[in-house]
Amino acid sequence: MNLPGSGIIKGMAVTALNMIGSYFDRAHAKRLTTEQYPEERPTLVETSRSFPFLVFDGDPEAGIRCVACKICEKECPPQCIYIVQDKDANGKAIRRPRVFDIDISVCMGCQICVEVCPFESIRMDNIYEVSSYNRFAPLVLHKEQLLKSNAYYNQIHPTEAAETDARIEAARIKKAAAAKATAEKVAAAKAAAAKAAEEKAAAEKAAPEKPSQPEQNA
Amino acid sequence: MSFQPHTTSLSKANGAGASTLDVSLGPQHPSTHGVFRMNVRMDGETIVKLQPVFGYLHRNHEKLAEKNSWLGSMPYTDRLDYICPITNNWAYAVAVEKLAGIEVPERAEYIRVIVGELTRIQNHTAFLGFILGDMGAWGSALMYAFREREKILDLFEWLTGARMMVNYMRFGGVRCDLPVGWLEKARAYVETYPAFLDEMEQLLTGNEILLARLQGVGVLSGERAINGGLSGPVLRASGVDYDIRKVDGYGVYPRLNFRIPRGTVGDCFDRFMLRILEIRESIKILQQAFAQIPEGPTLNPAVKQRGFKPPAGEAYGRIEGPKGELGFHLISEGGEKPYRYHVRPPSLINLTLLEEMCLGTKIADVMVILGSIDIVLGEVDR
Amino acid sequence: MIALTPETVLARIHAALPEARVELLNNPSPSGQHSLVVHRDDALQVAEFLKNDPELLLDFASNVSGVDYTDHLEAVYHLFSIAKRQGPITLRLRTGDHDKDVTVPSLTPVWKSADFQEREAFDLFGIRFEGHPDLRRLLMWEEFVDHPLRKDYTAPDDYEYEPTPHGDILKKAAAPHA
Repeated sequence: MNLPGSGIIKGMAVTALNMIGSYFDRAHAKRLTTEQYPEERPTLVETSRSFPFLVFDGDPEAGIRCVACKICEKECPPQCIYIVQDKDANGKAIRRPRVFDIDISVCMGCQICVEVCPFESIRMDNIYEVSSYNRFAPLVLHKEQLLKSNAYYNQIHPTEAAETDARIEAARIKKAAAAKATAEKVAAAKAAAAKAAEEKAAAEKAAPEKPSQPEQNA
Repeated sequence: MSFQPHTTSLSKANGAGASTLDVSLGPQHPSTHGVFRMNVRMDGETIVKLQPVFGYLHRNHEKLAEKNSWLGSMPYTDRLDYICPITNNWAYAVAVEKLAGIEVPERAEYIRVIVGELTRIQNHTAFLGFILGDMGAWGSALMYAFREREKILDLFEWLTGARMMVNYMRFGGVRCDLPVGWLEKARAYVETYPAFLDEMEQLLTGNEILLARLQGVGVLSGERAINGGLSGPVLRASGVDYDIRKVDGYGVYPRLNFRIPRGTVGDCFDRFMLRILEIRESIKILQQAFAQIPEGPTLNPAVKQRGFKPPAGEAYGRIEGPKGELGFHLISEGGEKPYRYHVRPPSLINLTLLEEMCLGTKIADVMVILGSIDIVLGEVDR
Repeated sequence: MIALTPETVLARIHAALPEARVELLNNPSPSGQHSLVVHRDDALQVAEFLKNDPELLLDFASNVSGVDYTDHLEAVYHLFSIAKRQGPITLRLRTGDHDKDVTVPSLTPVWKSADFQEREAFDLFGIRFEGHPDLRRLLMWEEFVDHPLRKDYTAPDDYEYEPTPHGDILKKAAAPHA
């Protein structure tokens, strides 16, 4: 039987169910999903991303992976990255950044810089408490603020970091193997040349009185 | 005759008679779905003239795209219809793939369908909340809807790294594969969703106040809707059987079994109920996609993302977004940047007949009609 | 029941309106969406034919884009047929030149969906649509001068201070704070 107002009463039953249920939902699972920030901070999922950071291995100065190739600066859609390449004592350009600024008030966290970096050096951080009282200077992160260790990267994004480390390791092994192969080739060529020289010297020693004989090319 | 409500509203020189009142609804108003303004002339409470005013959220997206590379525009498409970023990405990817003749691997197509239908569900869920807010039920239904929507956004964060601005689609596939365990969690979530929808329907659909405010309001016939270029749920609520997923058959939709709900009267209640029915159909699509998704690559390896150069020419690619037909018209000269990049925004076109729908109704109905069209200003103004 | 391709549509137009100046423009991309370039004086007639002809029934004008080809402007219409469930058919209207002779007829009387989109093309490109019921700017404010999406548009100089400046923005950004 459809009493007038029964639709509203049924709706109120839903509201009552939610209100009573919210007192018994300690796990924030179903009825009361509000997290009391800042006392309860959200647990971020592993892939969560916010702003970029630069990775270094071991030492922030010597272990910096970035070579200032400027690909991320070029591909960044809102143009929030600013890179100046470093120069050594003689004024020759070296493969490190002297200036690496990211304006996080402009950065939209799109992750394109991470995708295009060929040197595994820029990755996404998951920091979100970066507010400041000034719109300009504190929101431009400089190289020193952006450099974070590979250990930190492994901590915030374990799977991604493990994959990156595996890739870097594989590349290192491949490079070492190639270098070894080249070294072996060079050594073999040197040994062959040395052997040829030795044989020539022996041959000359055996027949020294024929200087006017024309050289026979084999 | 100029219609300038910000000048003296009751002056005869302005075209207002002594009995009409010019009101500017917006751009700041809780029910305008963004910064949207309507200049309204009322005779008592009845609408006599309505002019929408756009441009408060114009961010020059189309000119920006001419300065960025093809890939660089992808994050900006997230910000068009900011409630459904994934379908915006998808439409842009479809248009570029049409322009360059790129094939998409099967697994990527299934992933696109899965995240696309999840986006449709969360958009329609948010709509349920917003239209209740427009009618004055200030926060309750909205918070219930958003509580449910959060679970879908958590799935997106796990997959792509960001809850909303995902930047997930690429030309020829998707950016990354599903993490281990994602499919099971999504499947489990989709199993629990109908319970929430049943609860919302118990709260809303039988409610006499809601029925009184939605039924018979803003009636639009099918022929007018087609002529006005309306698309999406608004078109289908007016009785027209046109869903781009069925008509164009893009992606793997031809392999999936789903129905297209259609309205009979074309009023706001039809648009409301139609979206609820579309959520139920989306759940069916998702269950089929979960069952059918194959293993394989998620990106076409032949396509360079960085330094992408499509051939010269143009293309118009479109998909059925949650708001309607979202299309991209791209003109390329073979270079790294587009020559012309135009977004066909469903929300803007759906507003073409706003005045027609609102004439003769009361001012309170204008809010409900606007809410039932379901616009997002990011798309209207770009 | 014919398939709606640009060639078949062109053939029907030529058969029904032999004096209308309509040509096929090839689209080199793999999309295969060739366009029909209609002379602007015949555009309204052709549009009405496209919408009402029982074999075509192109009743849905989905998209209207303005384009700036540096010597002229164009309005590009993408038409679909909801009744026949086919499309798109691309229609192009060209202006005489880039700055002075920029009128084309408005197709809003035929397809109401062109209303806001033609206003946008007027606002951003300066294409004047004759016969449009209410040709005002859509996205920019009423007193704005110039048309932003034209290729020769120069943006104003009022840049805010940018800490990570690039290229010519560096000069413009430095100027107010010099």
